[in-house]
Amino acid sequence: MAEQAQSGNDPETGLTSANALRFRADEPTDEPAVTLDSFDAQSNATAVRLEAGDDARALLPYLDRLALVEVDFPTFRDGRGYSAARVLREAGYRGELRAAGDVLVDQLLFMRRCGFDSFAPQSPINPAAAERALHRFPEAYQPAADGAVPIWRLRHG
Amino acid sequence: MYRYDHYDQAMVDARVAEFRDQCARRLSGELTEDQFKPLRLMNGLYLQLHAYMLRVAIPYGTLSGAQMRMLAQVARKYDRGYGHFTTRQNIQYNWIKLEDAGTILAELATVEMHAIQTSGNCIRNISSDQYAGAAADEVADPRVWAELIRQWSSFHPEFSYLPRKFKIAVIAANEDRAAMKLHDIGLQVVRNDAGELGCAVYVGGGMGRTPMVGPLIREFVGADALMTYLEACLRVYNRYGRRDNIYKARIKILVHDLGPDEYRRQVEEEFAQLRAAPGGGIDPPAAEWDRIAAHFAPPPFQASFADDEPDLADPDFRVWLSQNVQAHKQPGYAIATISLKPVGGIPGDASAEQMDLIADLAERLSFDEVRVTHAQNLVLPHVPKRELYALWQALDAAGLATSNLDLVSDIIACPGLDYCSLANARSIPVAQRIAERFADMDRQRDLGELKIKISGCINACGHHHAGHIGILGVDRKGVENYQLLLGGSGAEDASLGKITGPGFDEAGIVDAVERTVEAYRRLRADSSERFLDTYRRVGMQPFKEAIYG
Ligand code: SF4
Repeated sequence: MAEQAQSGNDPETGLTSANALRFRADEPTDEPAVTLDSFDAQSNATAVRLEAGDDARALLPYLDRLALVEVDFPTFRDGRGYSAARVLREAGYRGELRAAGDVLVDQLLFMRRCGFDSFAPQSPINPAAAERALHRFPEAYQPAADGAVPIWRLRHG
Repeated sequence: MYRYDHYDQAMVDARVAEFRDQCARRLSGELTEDQFKPLRLMNGLYLQLHAYMLRVAIPYGTLSGAQMRMLAQVARKYDRGYGHFTTRQNIQYNWIKLEDAGTILAELATVEMHAIQTSGNCIRNISSDQYAGAAADEVADPRVWAELIRQWSSFHPEFSYLPRKFKIAVIAANEDRAAMKLHDIGLQVVRNDAGELGCAVYVGGGMGRTPMVGPLIREFVGADALMTYLEACLRVYNRYGRRDNIYKARIKILVHDLGPDEYRRQVEEEFAQLRAAPGGGIDPPAAEWDRIAAHFAPPPFQASFADDEPDLADPDFRVWLSQNVQAHKQPGYAIATISLKPVGGIPGDASAEQMDLIADLAERLSFDEVRVTHAQNLVLPHVPKRELYALWQALDAAGLATSNLDLVSDIIACPGLDYCSLANARSIPVAQRIAERFADMDRQRDLGELKIKISGCINACGHHHAGHIGILGVDRKGVENYQLLLGGSGAEDASLGKITGPGFDEAGIVDAVERTVEAYRRLRADSSERFLDTYRRVGMQPFKEAIYG
């Protein structure tokens, strides 16, 4: 997790949004994200928004041409989006994976570990608090989508 | 037993720092109670009727003397001198101040203890057989697996906001002392035909409002694939478990609604995907399994003790020996259960002084190990037979030698309305009245194995569905009322109790239990037939007649 959080550009207004946190070097897409339903019909869209109950696997045939998948968290208690993110990353998706909605600072680390690399929280997150939360734990016990080396591998080389 | 290395210690220390920060933000008002709640719950801190309650994890119920002494210290410094051992093999403190919570966790961390994931909708503390490493009937020490699962499930990034809480139990013997099939996932360590160790996987058991005995989902998962398989089991649940209704959110409802076959199919599909992903699954290498297993190597037993037998001169000691002491796999040693169910006491409670004494005894007489049982008792797992009489004397002097293991007064009871904000009725006084009614030891021993379990509400923390006799507190038009259930079991012959009929008030339920027990005495084939077996043979009707007659 060497990258620094950058404030992102709001694709709609072109203004820097204080709410956004982004951990990617590439330029954000300026295409608006379409729903999974309309994505099926609109075969040229490159940005999709998944609702919490949507099946992320429906996107697997299209991963190559997707630049952005936004996953909605209607409430921070609804953890389905964590699995959606891991399913996409395990299938090789490399584009932007954005967590949107009720995203709080205390969930950022687990979201990053599951493969999210940008955040559009409903209420702004203090960037310094985000930095602290993301670096709170020295290691991780289990492999996930963030490339962190699990403790068992550190133990055994 | 398992000892932390610097990685484990650093993770727990980081968690303490994080939680201190969260508590400070709550105390300053930066976090609302709604935002703080899931964070404190991930650290075992509940808001109860009178105060905060802190639940400390005791992984698979195993403690060292130093850890037990720390539990005593917390009881003395931050509570009212008591701790309460729970049916999840944990300990709870009922009178905690929010300002102290961070400091308590920091003190616990100095003896490799924590409260991580003892509440919240995450994977909870792993439970296991209290006789692990000592029982003659185990194929391996189940705690090796439990520790692997503890590490895999700690701070799991994907499964910390599940639809509901998630409980896993691991056993390694055919006799089930951990109610394994009444867990969200129950694992039984077995050997396959090739002689390799692995686990049989049961998913979707549980108690609560809709009790279910978990079906077998996979007969065997090898040691090299278990974590990946569990990841698949949990992912299917995280994606498809119900989130619209808290009473239908446990995995048992998903498995029941899909059917075990469809759930199994989905898990297998997910398992295949995980194994096909780069890295080929998430399991650690065999070296990690071996590293953990080395921590659970048998203690240095003395072969020369093999022919020892205790001195049986004292008749009270003889009773305790025959009731509370079990055979050990090592000749010359025994497993001793310390009952936390004195007549008139609060089931599962221990004072700071008692905990200190047990810590000393564990260090001196049991290779520095204590176990907590899901029946809310404590165990010294490795006692030389030549020391049993001295042990009994020390326990007896501290009020800890009640000879009632698995007898009618060895009652499981949840905290109930005396502490719990969800309760409909009190559990503890009912347990006390029943124990007093049957206080006569000869009568208890004549009745034999009889497990009474009491819950103060439908959440079933007191395992009432799994009691040979179960009692459930309900609210009947604002008055505490108790339903009676018969025929449950949390053991290898797991079954769910059935309600006898209309409920009773507090005095009435004690009478109803006595009528039930007296009916059993008349109905049993002979004095060796247990209550549960008589019930299974004759059915509900004769009991109903005796109870409501
Ligand atoms: S069964 Fe109900 S009353 Fe008893 S501890 Fe659980 S939630 Fe509280």
